[in-house]
Amino acid sequence: MSAPLSVAVQKTLGAFDLDVVFEGAPGVTVLFGPSGAGKSATLAAIAGVLVPDGGRIALGEETLYDEGGRIALPPEARRIGWVFQDARLFPHLTVERNLRYGLARARGRAAPIAFDEVAAVLGLERLLARRPRDLSGGEAQRVSIGRALLSQPRLLLMDEPLSALDAARKADILAFIERVRDSFALPILYVTHALAETVRLADRLVLMEAGRVVAEGPLAELVARVDLPMLAERAGAAAVLDGVVTAHEPARGLSVVRAGEGLWLCPALDKPIHAPVRLVVLARDVILAMSEPQGLSARNVLQGRLETLTTRRDGSVLARLDVGGRPLLAALTPDAVAALSLQRGLPVWAVVKSVAIEGAGRSGLSALFDG
Amino acid sequence: MDLALSPDDWLAVRTSLIVAARAVVFALPLAVGAALLLSRGRFPGRIALDALVHAPMVLSPVVVGFLLLMVFGVDGPLGRPLLRIFGVRLVFSSAGASLAAGVGAFPLMVRSVRLALDAADPKLELAARSLGAGPWDRLVSITLPLAAPGVLSAVVVGFAACLGEFGAVITFAANIPGQTQTLPLAIYADLQAPGGEGAALKLAGVSFAIAVGALLAAELLARRARRGSGR
Repeated sequence: MSAPLSVAVQKTLGAFDLDVVFEGAPGVTVLFGPSGAGKSATLAAIAGVLVPDGGRIALGEETLYDEGGRIALPPEARRIGWVFQDARLFPHLTVERNLRYGLARARGRAAPIAFDEVAAVLGLERLLARRPRDLSGGEAQRVSIGRALLSQPRLLLMDEPLSALDAARKADILAFIERVRDSFALPILYVTHALAETVRLADRLVLMEAGRVVAEGPLAELVARVDLPMLAERAGAAAVLDGVVTAHEPARGLSVVRAGEGLWLCPALDKPIHAPVRLVVLARDVILAMSEPQGLSARNVLQGRLETLTTRRDGSVLARLDVGGRPLLAALTPDAVAALSLQRGLPVWAVVKSVAIEGAGRSGLSALFDG
Repeated sequence: MDLALSPDDWLAVRTSLIVAARAVVFALPLAVGAALLLSRGRFPGRIALDALVHAPMVLSPVVVGFLLLMVFGVDGPLGRPLLRIFGVRLVFSSAGASLAAGVGAFPLMVRSVRLALDAADPKLELAARSLGAGPWDRLVSITLPLAAPGVLSAVVVGFAACLGEFGAVITFAANIPGQTQTLPLAIYADLQAPGGEGAALKLAGVSFAIAVGALLAAELLARRARRGSGR
């Protein structure tokens, strides 16, 4: 079976040279990189607004663009939903007519994405009669996501959809995007330069810099690679643990999540037992100990093995551990590394406060947005 | 002084309204088309089209009327086939008065639509495109509704300009009561007659009332259109 999305685009834009090759996975593929990396240009080429100089773009079995085969479908024929930074709602139409704009133009095709379901998933029922100018920024962005979904696309492009919102709204919309991802079997290509959004949403990660793809792969694999400065040098460098809920302990206000062989305690999750959950552990929240510590308030004390020690540009050291078969990152001062005589291969104990663990699906991720 | 309008006065009012309304009905689609080309089009000769559209604004109306005579006269390059094939004679006819008035008002109408189009965000058209709307679909469902206040003001401004057009109408269509004698032409005719100042003053008052009424109506409609377009 071919990938949901395969992209090869070459384009010279003045002095900027874009040359990217990558694949999109089912679920969310995040195009991550600094401003000016060519992420938005790549998105425009996939949408059909920017005509490449060469390459090939295919959605499943269908070719959208092929320089050799002289194929270049116009944007309106590509059936690709596009959510912009600004909501771009049509000001002369009500919310309901905005939502139905793409739906009406998808007539005659199978329409598996139903109006009522979209309105329910995005919480739009009470907004339908309103005009766009009467919506808050977060509401407008939810409507614009719904409008794109209802055009019955085969791929949803999201171009930094949170960048125009404040931190509280960001967390809010992020939760809605997760619901969209979980409710509709639709591949999403999500562009951002925010690591917090990336670790929360991505199934597959494509790192871009200066018009090139630096690395691509499953998210958990890539964020654990200490050789990728784009991730490892960030203050928000974090490990991602994809696990399942194994128990709730309401009396303690905690939930237990198994990731690999490791059992993690995190603040109570609003998810059923066996539900998949993603834990995000910031490197700066991890403490290392050489022997099993006693009498700590921190709830997570897990044994692991030190795999690598990498000195970062700011002098701090990023340690990678194997904990229960999963990688974990810890940011340390060189002084701590010397004092503990840390070396590769040593057994260590990783200590993490439960409250420092972010479980995706909860609304408390705002702390991540300062990184 | 008798304030009541004479049957001849009423005839001039009626002629004016018919000539102006007909002119606006025919000029509006062309003005919208020209405004779209000038606002959204990227083609060689755009500057030439711009100049051509605006020419009637800077030319003397008498010159406009004379050029129309050359082109649409019974022996003109367009006037002759119109007469031979369709039996339509524009010179010295009510339709001709509309043509002359409409040409004079055309630049104002294009300007008003174009300003509204320039203010309509093309990003919204891109959004419509990504939702599956083709070029005509986008024009009808997004672009024109966004420019609706400008189209409306083009109608009013064009109507008022047609009511007031004098030089081009009298040159091309002459001063025929009931056919081409609009209000300004009737005022002119009254002033030519000895003791006609009183009649001229009444018609001037009527012209003033119609113009102010049109502007008020335009303002009210524009407010409603702005509310409707959500801005």
